[in-house]
Amino acid sequence: MTRITVMVDGVSYVDDVEPRTLLVHYLRDKLGKTGTVVGCDTSNCGACTVHLDGRSVKSCSVFAVQVDGSEITTIEGLARDGQLHPMQQAFHDNHALQCGYCTPGMIMQAIDLLGDNPDPDEQTVREGLEGNLCRCTGYQNIVRAVLDAAEKMKPAVRAQQQPSTVVGGGI
Amino acid sequence: MIPSAFDYVAPTTVDEAIQALSQAGDDAKILAGGQSLVPVLRLRLAAPTMLVDLNKISELRGVRDDGNVIVVGAMTTHHDVINDPLIREHAALLALATQTIGDPQIRHRGTLGGALVHADPAGDLLAPAVALDAEMVIVGPGGRRTVPASEFFVDLFTTAVQPDEVLIEIRIPKKTGWGAHYEKFQRVAQAWSIVAVAAAVRTEGGSIAEARVALTNMAATPVHATGVEQALVGQPATAETIRAAAEHAAEGTSPMSDGNADPDYREHLARVLTQRAVASAAGLAA
Ligand SMILES: Cc1cc2nc3c(=O)[nH]c(=O)nc-3n(C[C@H](O)[C@H](O)[C@H](O)COP(=O)(O)OP(=O)(O)OC[C@H]3O[C@@H](n4cnc5c(N)ncnc54)[C@H](O)[C@@H]3O)c2cc1C
Ligand code: FES
Ligand code: FES
Repeated sequence: MTRITVMVDGVSYVDDVEPRTLLVHYLRDKLGKTGTVVGCDTSNCGACTVHLDGRSVKSCSVFAVQVDGSEITTIEGLARDGQLHPMQQAFHDNHALQCGYCTPGMIMQAIDLLGDNPDPDEQTVREGLEGNLCRCTGYQNIVRAVLDAAEKMKPAVRAQQQPSTVVGGGI
Repeated sequence: MIPSAFDYVAPTTVDEAIQALSQAGDDAKILAGGQSLVPVLRLRLAAPTMLVDLNKISELRGVRDDGNVIVVGAMTTHHDVINDPLIREHAALLALATQTIGDPQIRHRGTLGGALVHADPAGDLLAPAVALDAEMVIVGPGGRRTVPASEFFVDLFTTAVQPDEVLIEIRIPKKTGWGAHYEKFQRVAQAWSIVAVAAAVRTEGGSIAEARVALTNMAATPVHATGVEQALVGQPATAETIRAAAEHAAEGTSPMSDGNADPDYREHLARVLTQRAVASAAGLAA
C-alpha cells in the first residue's frame, strides 16, 4: 500500500492504495464517484475521461499512485450550487445523449477541447472528440452541443449571465 | 482489467531510477506515459514486479536549443512536442507525425521517449526519428552512450535500450527551412498506421537539394527509403520527378500481412503515400 494525497472535485483525500489500482477504480470504488465509467479494455473509448491537473486523461490508463499531490476533476465536480456546467446544460438542451454511457467522458473531453480552442469549428470539435466513442447518437447532436456550449461560454456572453465559477473553457 | 501486483517507485533523478532498476533486476519496468504499458499490464501480457515511474524526474521534460541540434527530453509529452516552438521550427516533421497519434487524452500522457522505446512497428514516431537522423542518449549503470536512430531500432518492440537503462533525451539535428509532411493511412480516426510515410525536403531554386524519407510499418523496424532519396536529389521539384522517385518506395521493405493489409497492398500504399508525402513536403499539391 502506498499513501496518496489527492484533491478530487475540490475535496482533499488521503488514502492508502495498492500501486496496481487504476485511477478509475480508485474514483469509483474508493470514493464512490461512479459518474466516471469504464467502457472498454483497450483505452480507446474515453468514457473514463477526467481532468488531471487541468488536462484530460483516460483514468483507466493512469495508476492512482501516480496522482499523489495532484488535482482531479470528474463529471461529478462540474455543477456549482445545483447549477449545471454550461457544457452539461448544452448536452441536455441539444439532446446529445441516448443511453448516456459515453456522456461523462464526452463532457470532460469537450471542456478540455474548449480550453485549447474556445471558438472551434465543427471539424475541430470532431477531431477533439476522436478519443471518445459513442455507440448511440451518431455524434451529430454531441457536436452541436459542444458548439452551443462554446457559444454560451464566450466571455462576452458569460458576462451578461449570472457569474459562477466553471472549470475549463479558456476562462 | 486489473494488473497483477507490483511495487512502485517514483524517483526524482535519473541516477535514482537506474539504481532502482539495477536493484530490481530483470522484472522491473520503466513507466513513462503509460499509454502503451498500462493497457499491456491490464491485459496481463506482462507482469513486472516493480514499476519505476519517470514522471517525477523534471529534468527529463522539455525541449532546448543546443546549437545545431534541438534536444528533447524523453518524458516530453506528445502534446508538448506538438506545441513546442523549437520543434515546429527545426523539426516540423516530428510535430506533424506526433499530431496523428491516438487522441488528445493519449497525447496528454504519452511521451516521445516511451513511444520510441516501445518500438511498435506501427508507431508513428520511429520513421520521423530515422528521417531526421535523431540520436538517442541512453544512460545506464555503465554510463552514458549515444545511439543513432538507424541503429536504435533492433526488432519488433526491441531497441538498443537494455532493461537497466533509461533513454534520457533525443537529439535532433536542425532542419530549419525544410518542408515536411507525415502521410498516414489508417482505417478510422484514433487508429494505428497501416502504412505511413515521413518526408522532409529542402528545395533550392525549384530543385530538390536534400531529401529524407522513412516508412512506418513496412518492416519490423522503420525503413529508410534511400532509393527514393537518391532519385529525388538534384531533380526539379515537380510532380513527375516525385512520382518517379516514389516508385522506389517499396525497395528493401518486408511488410507483414495482417487483418488490415497484405504485403502487396502495403507496397502499393508505400508508393502512393510516398508520392503524397514528398509532394506536400516540397510544397506541391499532392
Ligand atoms: C488508444 C491508443 C491509441 C494510440 N494510437 C497511437 C498511434 O496512432 N500512433 C502511435 O505512434 N502511438 C499510438 N499510441 C501509443 C502512444 O504513442 C504511447 O504514448 C506510446 O507508444 C508509449 O509512450 P508512453 O510514454 O505512454 O510509454 P509507456 O507506455 O509508459 O512505456 C512504453 C514502453 O517503453 C518503456 N519506456 C518508456 N519510457 C522509457 C525511457 N525513457 N527509457 C527506457 N524505457 C522506457 C517502458 O518500460 C515500456 O516498455 C496509442 C495508444 C493508445 C492507448
Ligand atoms: S475505459 Fe478508459 S478508455 Fe475506455
Ligand atoms: S449515448 Fe449511448 S454511448 Fe453515447
